[in-house]
Amino acid sequence: MTEHQGATGTDLLQLDRNVGDFHFEVKYAYDAGAGLSERTIDYICDAKNDPDWLRDFRKRALATFLREPLPTHWASKELAEIDFSQIRYYLAHGQQAGRSWEEVPDEVKRTFERLGVPEQERKFLAGVEAQFDSEAAYSNMKDALRDQGVLFVGSTEGLHKHPEIFRKWFGKVIPPGDNKFAALNSAVFSGGSFIYVPPGVKVGHPLQAYFRINAESFGQFERTLIIVDEGAEVTYMEGCTAPRFDTATLHSAVVELVALPGAKIQYITVQNWSPNVFNLVTKRGIAMENAEIRWIDCNIGSRLTMKYPAVILRGRKARGEVLSIALANSGQHQDTGAKMIHLADETTSNIIAKSISIGEGRSSYRGMVRIPNHLKGCKNNTECDALLINTSSRTDTYPAITLRGNRSSVQHEASVSKISAEQIFYMRQRGLPEAEAMSLSVNGFVNDLVREFPMEYSVELKRLIDLEMEGSVG
Amino acid sequence: MSLQICDLHARIVERTILRGISLEIRPGETHAIMGPNGSGKSTLAKALAGHPDYEITQGSVVLDGVSLLEREPDERARMGLFLAFQYPCEIPGVSIANFLRAAAQARLPEGESLSVTDFYQKLYHEMDALGMQRTFSSRPLNSGFSGGEKKRAEILQMAILRPRYAVLDETDSGLDIDALKVVAAGVNRLRGPEAGFLIITHYQRLLDYIAPDFVHVMVAGRIVQSGGPELALELEKRGYGFLEEQYGSAEVSPLAEAGARG
Repeated sequence: MTEHQGATGTDLLQLDRNVGDFHFEVKYAYDAGAGLSERTIDYICDAKNDPDWLRDFRKRALATFLREPLPTHWASKELAEIDFSQIRYYLAHGQQAGRSWEEVPDEVKRTFERLGVPEQERKFLAGVEAQFDSEAAYSNMKDALRDQGVLFVGSTEGLHKHPEIFRKWFGKVIPPGDNKFAALNSAVFSGGSFIYVPPGVKVGHPLQAYFRINAESFGQFERTLIIVDEGAEVTYMEGCTAPRFDTATLHSAVVELVALPGAKIQYITVQNWSPNVFNLVTKRGIAMENAEIRWIDCNIGSRLTMKYPAVILRGRKARGEVLSIALANSGQHQDTGAKMIHLADETTSNIIAKSISIGEGRSSYRGMVRIPNHLKGCKNNTECDALLINTSSRTDTYPAITLRGNRSSVQHEASVSKISAEQIFYMRQRGLPEAEAMSLSVNGFVNDLVREFPMEYSVELKRLIDLEMEGSVG
Repeated sequence: MSLQICDLHARIVERTILRGISLEIRPGETHAIMGPNGSGKSTLAKALAGHPDYEITQGSVVLDGVSLLEREPDERARMGLFLAFQYPCEIPGVSIANFLRAAAQARLPEGESLSVTDFYQKLYHEMDALGMQRTFSSRPLNSGFSGGEKKRAEILQMAILRPRYAVLDETDSGLDIDALKVVAAGVNRLRGPEAGFLIITHYQRLLDYIAPDFVHVMVAGRIVQSGGPELALELEKRGYGFLEEQYGSAEVSPLAEAGARG
């Protein structure tokens, strides 16, 4: 049989255009107030009952954050519009995540129900963590996985209950000084997932986290650490939404992955941020011998996204992959890409990045591939394709590939295309309204990447693309 | 019930190409339009379908009692007008099956959704009848297709969408004799009392396989002769030269045809 899923007609267009654009009033038991200082850090540490080493870690990170300049010179001047003194850095309902949805406060539960999280959990997930502003409101995993020794908890619980695993890797893949926003996250992080998969355990169904920003002028700084032991496998998926506010909202996560020898990690992101969110995320994995890390990254929405998932190929025959889809609509800048750092022989990496710019939207691909002189048998393949929908749409490509020596190989292809008027006329002649013809063309452009997503997510992704395409014609 | 074209004038940019076309196609009838390059045949096809490059300056087109020219191209298609393109567009990444599903879905009333099982049943039934491999339907539409594959994909789309009136624009161009036979057999299968056809062709060859009820000759944007199938044979013998001498062609050819392709 041929593929049966696919973008068809009107059923996709009846969806709520701004699926995440709603907001319930919530009373917060914890609120660190606006602005960032050592007092903010102390407030967070006290609320979370952090150990002393973490309080020191946070304060050192704060100093780094305050010292480092904003990277407006190479990225975007828009960064300067973030007013760090107006942001609220910690807002929580409580400290304890519910193990069942009954334990979750009503308005928070209603939020996640509306986003379809409990339904997805029943259908196809092995475990779910649902974060509401700073803390997880719900966290649960199938008993069978718990019995196999899999850990899937929030970062706070991870560092309190499993310090021997947590501290070994925390901040090692992405040190606080890596960049200004990694430092900010290290200073004020809260929430996110801690996952450990013991040797040889293959987690069949995905674990999912859903990150929801509910409050205005808020910064969400989740911290995720995933360690997959020898020969083990896991797929982790994250979804993100926020309501549309007039003021800027900041999302600055740090995600560290550790794939020990022979392990496989697949990390899937489908974010659908509202257009006031600054999304400045650092994601990096380290792959030991024969291990594999795949980042599948889909960026829709936000005001500005800067995100370049990276794999450090540390062990022989390690493999890294980034598959990335970015969609920039008017008023949005998707500055995304990938980094592949080859540190061992016979390591291979693959980057496929596709971007779509609609209206005045701007997408940039920024890549970094490094293969030093002393290595042999390394390979990298980079493909970046951009699709421009309107004449005012913009795309830029900044691939930086450093290959030393002659015992490794790299391949790079880039393309920019437009949907032609003839193509749209052809599709309309078959009865498709113009907007649907555009959506179908765009879906076709990303189709080979969308196939890599689990089915439930690829359907969602096609919906999101259709919604973004509405109003892009005429 | 008919597709009624009345005194149709059309131009592209500042160049008038159609200078008063009148023609009526009833369901069950197959009309052929023949004519030299640049006579405006393809322009007629695209103007009927509502291509944005062509401006209608005069005349009317009525499809089963409903005026066509104010309608958007996709509305015209949903009303039952189909154009088999001379140069079908590539739609990368969109499989034939998914494309046709979307097109079939677009024809349903709002709120109704297509049964996937029924759709595939119908698709495979039509493909089998056309002698096509089922795997063909999972290939991206027209992407990297040979000329013959593109034309066959057009016929498959027509078979699934079952138009009231189908316009085939030089469907025979670029086909070898075997591909031509396959395409003609596909068209003949769809002929019947419910469907009207307008077959545009430069050569008589196609009409050996799709026997028309009426033949019209177009020169310089006008229909200059109409008759039965014997007219096509006569043209085959005598060529278009004598008609061009009689009715003139310099004003529109050959740029017009180039424009129509652009």
